[in-house]
Amino acid sequence: MSRALTTFAPFRLTASLLQRFGLGGRSLVIAVPVLWLAVFFLIPFLVVAKISLSEAAIALPPYLPILEWDGERAIFSFNLGNYRYLLDDPLYLNAYVFSLKVAFISACIALLVGYPMAYYIARSPEPRRTLLLTLVMLPFWTSFLLRVYAWQGFLRSNGVINNFLLWTGLIDQPLVMLQTDFAVYLGIVYTYLPFMILPLYANLVKLDPSLLEASADLGARPLATFFNVTLPLSMPGIIAGFMLVFVPAIGEFVIPELLGGPDTLMIGRVLWSEFFSNRDWPVASAVAIAMLIALVIPIMILRNAQAHAQEET
Amino acid sequence: MTIKEVAALAKPWVSGSAQPFVRIQSITKKFDDFVAVDDVSLDIYKGELFCLLGGSGCGKSTLLRMLAGFETPTEGSIEIDGQDMAGIPAYDRPTNMMFQSYALFPHMTVERNIAYGLLREGVRKAEAMERVADMLRLVQLERFAGRKPDQLSGGQRQRVALARALVKRPKLLLLDEPLGALDKKLREETQFELVKIQETLGVTFIVVTHDQEEAMTISSRIGVMNAGRIVQVGEPAEIYEHPNSRFVADFIGSVNLFAGHVTVDEADHIDIATPELEGVIHVGHGVSCSPGQELFYAIRPEKLRLSRARPDLPNTFPAMVDEVAYMGNLSIYRLRLPSGRHLNATQVNLSRHVEDAISWDENVWVSWDDNAGVVLTR
Ligand SMILES: Nc1ncnc2c1ncn2[C@@H]1O[C@H](COP(=O)(O)OP(=O)(O)O)[C@@H](O)[C@H]1O
Ligand SMILES: [Mg+2]
Repeated sequence: MSRALTTFAPFRLTASLLQRFGLGGRSLVIAVPVLWLAVFFLIPFLVVAKISLSEAAIALPPYLPILEWDGERAIFSFNLGNYRYLLDDPLYLNAYVFSLKVAFISACIALLVGYPMAYYIARSPEPRRTLLLTLVMLPFWTSFLLRVYAWQGFLRSNGVINNFLLWTGLIDQPLVMLQTDFAVYLGIVYTYLPFMILPLYANLVKLDPSLLEASADLGARPLATFFNVTLPLSMPGIIAGFMLVFVPAIGEFVIPELLGGPDTLMIGRVLWSEFFSNRDWPVASAVAIAMLIALVIPIMILRNAQAHAQEET
Repeated sequence: MTIKEVAALAKPWVSGSAQPFVRIQSITKKFDDFVAVDDVSLDIYKGELFCLLGGSGCGKSTLLRMLAGFETPTEGSIEIDGQDMAGIPAYDRPTNMMFQSYALFPHMTVERNIAYGLLREGVRKAEAMERVADMLRLVQLERFAGRKPDQLSGGQRQRVALARALVKRPKLLLLDEPLGALDKKLREETQFELVKIQETLGVTFIVVTHDQEEAMTISSRIGVMNAGRIVQVGEPAEIYEHPNSRFVADFIGSVNLFAGHVTVDEADHIDIATPELEGVIHVGHGVSCSPGQELFYAIRPEKLRLSRARPDLPNTFPAMVDEVAYMGNLSIYRLRLPSGRHLNATQVNLSRHVEDAISWDENVWVSWDDNAGVVLTR
């Protein structure tokens, strides 16, 4: 088929033309995602970066242009003040650190909860496996917002959990759960668990059971087999799942807003209030850019680790 | 000691004096309703290279996996070195297994793969590495110690798997189609290596294979399996020359099979009449059967003689050559009998002058000795 195509004259002509511009079949295939990234990521990113360097103003849009034409000359007015402001006010740094901490701990909890689940699903016989996978993905069928609201109903002082505990007599005062950090962790782990389970499952289901048998045969007890064979071989899945939970959790807005207390200052909330409450687009943009940079570094580290893990397996 | 007595010492299954090393008693394995291994009993002696031979799906691997402890027998018992294996998990058994897929740990180097079992056992690192080095030397892989399994060829992986299973000095080594993934030439070479290693270390081997030539070449004894059952156990020559059933005769090597009935039943000979031959088949020894009984007669292709002149043998029949396949060392003749029945005969090519050889469409005499065939009652 490919041979027939390459001997087909019009095809050959087009191919050689494209090749002259350095566009072989390979680069054409790459061009599509590159274009996608350029249009939907790079350009918006540059717009935001531009706004972050401008000065706030009461105008529409609410910032001053960087580049002005005063009739004779172009005037650049870069304003790094927004970034300096981020550093000066400890609020922002605290919010960053807290976001990273919440995201990291949540990802760890999701890993500890998700791994056994993914393992169990991967080891289940066929009809049950599909059922369990469907159950993992089932929450996606209802609105994410609705599910977080539902947690409010569970966690409130007169919510389902407290009512039940009061009824059993285990407690005589309702526990304060809503509007705490605990609720935020719970919400994030609950919401992002499928993103941990699915890559882990995809990895573990490929694990050759005869490797586990070989390990047992060579005298390893189940726990030793787990730490020497299963765990190292599932490292790519662990890193992928960790990344899928950790990264979006850093910028999470809805969960801390709905379940967290007023002092649960995560960067997503700060961003939101700068943008909508203060209408300070430049500072909001600076927060966004800084967050991106703060994210890129851990992602690079994780990707690096993943590449290593893949090499290992 | 007479030669016979020495032979009996080397073959404990003949003398019956030695204690079996592996004792499998009426073992059955069911997967739901499906019976994979059906009431198998087997004694295997120390130092044997025992082959489980059978077609695909006949339950060989399942039997082996029960010995290793990966499957629990539905019924029956397994004893290894006098110890009942019931309830003993795989990691506590004195066996090691070489897997059909090799099951090498992909994230470990050759060296770490081989050391794995020793380190789990708590052997000190220095000693473990020494034993690994010995093993690597034995399988001639010293130069590959630092490689990962996916950087090795099939034959090298096979040797790593063997080294990994042997390094723990198991009492019993179980090998599931150890040479199955190798090409023909490499397989033949490796067969001899395997036997050499087995003799050097004196470990008892149980080898699963579906390749009857391989089983004949390497084993001390063969257990032929069919549909979950062991149908015959014996030394290679015994299985080949004295098959106890049509299945075994047909499965091991090729065979010409006749269905017939007994016409003469004497103490020192019998005659069998079959519609496929004009005249009767003479069998030069007594067989426990009754006159008129329906039975089978099996004769191997290399036991048939072809000649242009009529020979003076008890079993001599006219035939015509339909086809000749020249194989170099021998030729395979496809003969047609007057009844229309086909026979296969192999002849060693003694002469280099193929022009003289019996060829297509010749009328020849096919004959065999009256002790060359086997009478089968089932
Ligand atoms: N875990 C299992 N569950 C159900 N059936 C099995 C299982 N393992 C093996 N079998 C069946 O048992 C039969 C024997 O299998 P096996 O011992 O692997 O045959 P082989 O002689 O080719 O090694 C096959 O029909 C196979 O389908
Ligand atoms: Mg098998």
